Amino acid sequence: MNAQPIESILADHPFFKEIPREHLARVALQATISRFDKGEVIFREGSDARNFYLVLKGRVIIETLLPHQGLVNIQTVEAGEMLGWSWLVPPFRYRFGARTVQPTELAIFNGKHLLEVFEKDPQLGYQFLRRVLVAITERLEQTRLQLLNIYDNPVK
Amino acid sequence: MIHNNLAGQGVVSDLMKPSLFRIESWKRESPDVFTMSFLPKDGMGGVGENPGFTFLPGQFNMIYIFGLGEVPISISGDPAPGLPLIHTTRSVGAVTQGMSLLRPGAEVGVRGPFGNHWPVERAWDKDLILVAGGIGLAPLRPVIYSVLNSRNKFGKVILLIGSKTPSEMVFRGELRDWDRSKLMEIHLTVDRGSKSWRGSLGVVTKFVPAISFEPENALAMICGPEVMMHFTIDALKKRGMQPEDIYVSMERNMKCAVGYYGHCQYGPHFICKNGPIFPYSEIEGIFREPEV
Repeated sequence: MNAQPIESILADHPFFKEIPREHLARVALQATISRFDKGEVIFREGSDARNFYLVLKGRVIIETLLPHQGLVNIQTVEAGEMLGWSWLVPPFRYRFGARTVQPTELAIFNGKHLLEVFEKDPQLGYQFLRRVLVAITERLEQTRLQLLNIYDNPVK
Repeated sequence: MIHNNLAGQGVVSDLMKPSLFRIESWKRESPDVFTMSFLPKDGMGGVGENPGFTFLPGQFNMIYIFGLGEVPISISGDPAPGLPLIHTTRSVGAVTQGMSLLRPGAEVGVRGPFGNHWPVERAWDKDLILVAGGIGLAPLRPVIYSVLNSRNKFGKVILLIGSKTPSEMVFRGELRDWDRSKLMEIHLTVDRGSKSWRGSLGVVTKFVPAISFEPENALAMICGPEVMMHFTIDALKKRGMQPEDIYVSMERNMKCAVGYYGHCQYGPHFICKNGPIFPYSEIEGIFREPEV
């Protein structure tokens, strides 16, 4: 386990860039840090969405099950990115699965606890959700670009 | 030395006359991308004191395939003197499809080199960020060779590459060698992974927020589909890079390569004469304008 205090580990993560120190301290109380080996399932598609994750090291693949094809890889989430927002959205189940493709270190937050903290401290909730929104927007942009098949446009 | 014209210099009729080159080697890079090396038919191939065909990174040639026509193709080889001329292209139209069928010993016409070049010397003592999408790595490869030929002149060198699938990634052998050399940091991503792919999935812009470099002392060079360059520029600007430090390679329908016909007009510029490399600050106002 990392000897560095969780708060300072989280402060180094881009998700919490420029977040007020007192907000970070409150969020850090909810966090644990876990290491995963290559190939471990973090969550399965359709399971209860309990946690929010920050990738500290390594790489996680987002996957889904397709008939006759098995598990299909959709996107990767890398160090410096966030993972999992289904705990914020009904029906609170993960829409896709997540699995590590290399040894990975994650900061894990219980979504229910986070929501309780946000209820008591809406300023913190606002700061947090703004960051989630930025990450979702970036993920959506990525997905749209993947759909565009941009590399089929010939560069002569 | 083979005529080493910069477009706009010399007499147009000379610039329009191809020199005869012979194909020396042919290599498939991906299902529809191939690399060929050429030597001049007249023997001026860089033997002894002769520097051979000289060019600067980012320049292009007009390649004439007899009976089919002429196409502009970026030079993808090492700009060091005395080496064969190398081009990498995708088989997309009649001319490049015909070119893909040619093998060593066949002859083609070559006019060039044309266009301006990547500002490699501006990157001395700075971090250099190279971003390639698909076959956009080909026009950037001469920059990589230049960097490797004088590595200590540069700060961090970071190469970000996006491709549709792992099998469509070009120069895979060299990418492995460059990665092993530790002389640069390389990040690869694909839109669609295979079952065995354990690398990144997503577009190349995803790396920009996470890479470690000094945005206030860095130069970026980007080559790929315009939409990919657009999002990459946005991501680099978010990191604090200035538009004048971000260079892009623009592609248009180039016909003559000497600014004569105007097919490649891009706002106030001719891509063949004033480009294909532009600092983003120079084209910012028209970059995402349709029909420019």
